[in-house]
Amino acid sequence: MTSVPNARITPADIKSHGLSEEEYGRILEILGGREPNLVELGIFSVMWSEHCSYKSSKKWLKTLPTKASWVICGPGENAGVIDIGDGLAAIFKMESHNHPSYIEPYQGAATGVGGILRDVFTMGARPIANMNALRFGSPDHPKTRRLVSGVVSGIGGYGNCVGVPTVGGEVNFHPSYNGNILVNAMTVGLADQNKIFYSAAAGAGNPVVYVGSKTGRDGIHGATMASAEFGADSEEKRPTVQVGDPFTEKLLIEACMELMATDAIQSIQDMGAAGLTSSSFEMASKGGMGVQLDLEKVPQREEGMTPYEMMLSESQERMLIILKPGKEALARKIFEKWELDFAVIGHLTDTGRMVLKHHGEVVGDLPIDPLAQASPEYDRPWVATEPLPVLHAADVTEVDWRDALKTLMGCPDIASRRWVWEQYDCIVMADTAQRPGGDAAVVRIHNTNRALAISTDCTPRYVKADPFEGGKQAVVETWRNITAVGGKPLAITDNLNFGNPEKPPIMGQIVGAIEGIGAACSHLNYPVVSGNVSLYNETNGNAILPTPAIGGVGVIDDLDKMTTVAFKAPGDVILLIGQKDTASGWLGQSLYLREVAGREEGAPPPVDLKHEKLIGDFVRNLIQAGRVTACHDLSDGGLVVGLTEMALAGNIGCLLNDPGVPRHGRLFGEDQGRYVLTVKAADATAILREAEPVNIPVQMLGVTGGKDIVLADETAVSLADLRQLHEGWFPTYMSGKN
Amino acid sequence: MKAAVIVFPGSNADRDAAVAVEQSIGAPPKMVWHRDTELPKVDFIVVPGGFSYGDYLRCGAMAAHSPIMREIKRAADKGTRVLGICNGFQIITEAGLLPGVLLRNKDLRFICKDVYLRVEQTKSDFTRRYKSGEVIRIPVAHAEGNFFADDATLQAIEDKGQVAFRYASAAGDVSDETNLNGSRGNIAGIFNEKRTVLGLMPHPERMSDPVLGGADGRKMFDGLVEALS
Repeated sequence: MTSVPNARITPADIKSHGLSEEEYGRILEILGGREPNLVELGIFSVMWSEHCSYKSSKKWLKTLPTKASWVICGPGENAGVIDIGDGLAAIFKMESHNHPSYIEPYQGAATGVGGILRDVFTMGARPIANMNALRFGSPDHPKTRRLVSGVVSGIGGYGNCVGVPTVGGEVNFHPSYNGNILVNAMTVGLADQNKIFYSAAAGAGNPVVYVGSKTGRDGIHGATMASAEFGADSEEKRPTVQVGDPFTEKLLIEACMELMATDAIQSIQDMGAAGLTSSSFEMASKGGMGVQLDLEKVPQREEGMTPYEMMLSESQERMLIILKPGKEALARKIFEKWELDFAVIGHLTDTGRMVLKHHGEVVGDLPIDPLAQASPEYDRPWVATEPLPVLHAADVTEVDWRDALKTLMGCPDIASRRWVWEQYDCIVMADTAQRPGGDAAVVRIHNTNRALAISTDCTPRYVKADPFEGGKQAVVETWRNITAVGGKPLAITDNLNFGNPEKPPIMGQIVGAIEGIGAACSHLNYPVVSGNVSLYNETNGNAILPTPAIGGVGVIDDLDKMTTVAFKAPGDVILLIGQKDTASGWLGQSLYLREVAGREEGAPPPVDLKHEKLIGDFVRNLIQAGRVTACHDLSDGGLVVGLTEMALAGNIGCLLNDPGVPRHGRLFGEDQGRYVLTVKAADATAILREAEPVNIPVQMLGVTGGKDIVLADETAVSLADLRQLHEGWFPTYMSGKN
Repeated sequence: MKAAVIVFPGSNADRDAAVAVEQSIGAPPKMVWHRDTELPKVDFIVVPGGFSYGDYLRCGAMAAHSPIMREIKRAADKGTRVLGICNGFQIITEAGLLPGVLLRNKDLRFICKDVYLRVEQTKSDFTRRYKSGEVIRIPVAHAEGNFFADDATLQAIEDKGQVAFRYASAAGDVSDETNLNGSRGNIAGIFNEKRTVLGLMPHPERMSDPVLGGADGRKMFDGLVEALS
């Protein structure tokens, strides 16, 4: 053991590093009784932060299904990898940047996009699509507008410059996010299956190379901040938010792609949360190696940076590469061409220790495995969420369907998000076959007639009411959205956003939601291949709605058969597929209940996984056979909201049969496992006939045509009115006029 | 016909342009790195969209002074056709190949959407396949596409028939309502006096394939091939 400079760690240091006394005790054990110095304490602090170590969730994450014959690499690497045929792989992950985005929305969101891009291209994939899942506080809250504006321009500012299309996402509002917004960003990339790069370091003596931007003092302790509740002082944490430079990221992508095309890289990882510390520790740990770093060689943006600052900086756009022997010159040339920093900052050893030197002096010496792998794992106490009673439609006020429809189409959670997505370049790379606004985004696989379908979803109010059912529903909705464009769903990434796990009811939400996700993934053979956990989303003790955002990826084998939500022509027959006979319309936790009746109550609609699979497979087969002219899955707002969305997208109305009673339940209930399709009139009866023997419920709802949504009793709402309400809310709100 | 696409470090629509050019020509264009000091012998040069050098300064201002721009100017003077799309329009305008300047959009936000353009000038190799007054649908994706020129310059541009496209409605009406970014005269694209250089903010190369939602942009590349082959 090398001698390290003396250290005086005070209880205040331990506390300010977010470590418990018990954890500090474990540090002393690992160091054989020696006290850590401040550099070492800082390293323990970030490595054992909730953000990096998953210490509260690990026990439950292990229960998730992660395997299928098409999974090439599941959770544990920078991103998940699946086989999409033709020798290609899709590499993807979703990650949160919640805490920084609340404090500094533009940079928080921008660097969230930058971070997730790096997670994907570090594995050898060229990023081809960005998605996001955003949650803001109540529109009435004084901070909400500024946060929406900053986050949206931050996502656009980064993605647009890097040149990766932002093709879709979701935006919700709820007062529970007033003090903790959620910014979850997802990237999907494409790689050759025989050119995938991993992060396990190998080969003692191999050079450790730093590339990208210089290291500054930004983002120090970001991971620790993201692992604690906010209090009244959260705005004072602005200095811990990183600053992004998308132009450098673009250069870094191109330089890495160029280097990856050679045979120079042994392993590679981006410097994300906890920067140089976590990247070097994780690479060494995965490969069972040791590492020595000479910190004075780290490219620095500012003078006089200390080892502590260099190890904990979260400066953006940096990567760590282990090169194969003799490849330095080749690699250096590529990074110089792209005008990026390139520095050999150390080498691998076989000692299993991380030795940090600064101008020859040892400033830290830590065993790698206990730190990276034997980080704490807690079995936190939890209590299950009490089931809520089922709310019957008869107990919910019924208002004229026309008024209810208008209210819903213009409410913050359903209104068109055009104001948001028009700030994202969704068409750069010229492969976007389906832009934002449909069920799933569709991005063509370059030079082929195949495509990836991608969707991000979660219905937090369902999860709050019943974490298990809500967890299932989030998974199933992505599966349904991919199905609705004609895709075969393959795998998901999950981004689990919750409150403080040290509170048993919150831990109960986490456990319930993970079990629900697991159940849905197992049944649909739709495994989890990557993910991220964001806990402590609380301010002054108020937690967010539990929000396990799911990002699903599927494949469309023939783009000519892809469906969209828009009605295509008058005279098509509208079919409702999947409505169970017994259902009278599930209004518990529906948007009708919240927005029209002013109540947030009851059990959420249950998800029947067997039914989902049966119905979804049937719908997908019809689409792939080229028999469907438009398709939309039903979710928020129920049947008539879904129909209106299809009508607005195609600017063609519809005439609907009598929906039956109770009318509000039938029209606005949020029963799961349902799709609306339009088909050519001549084919409708044939589809009904084929569905019957396989027990698929199909109803003829009516026909497309006209410029209104018309019910059989001749009551109607014009598309023009609905469009104004639907398109009007967001721009009016953002201009501060409502 | 031979074509080249210029690649700046922050170009991100270089591939988009190359794909559209190849589709019309039948052969891939040459990709020319910004630090190259020589241009290959070509009939047609695309300066593509993107963020050339990050564009933290004025868009295109740094790229306009890159080594390759000298060569492009020289080629343009000799009559080589030059097409600047989006950031490419900003760059060739900054470099003085076209009059005017591109300012921040009037509402200060990035805008990505399909827009309708009215074709104003069909007497050029770029627009010969369009009909005069034809309305085409092509996407924009920019934050600084607000075309500005002083009164005298604007008058000269109009008088000499240098306006290629204007932002319009689906029916072809040109009004303040259809002016998405605040451009003077609703100008979406302009020629040099000889109509051998075209700069436009919309992206014809991203609307040259029905899978992407339409092919109105393809006629531009097909027209060039027809004229230059």
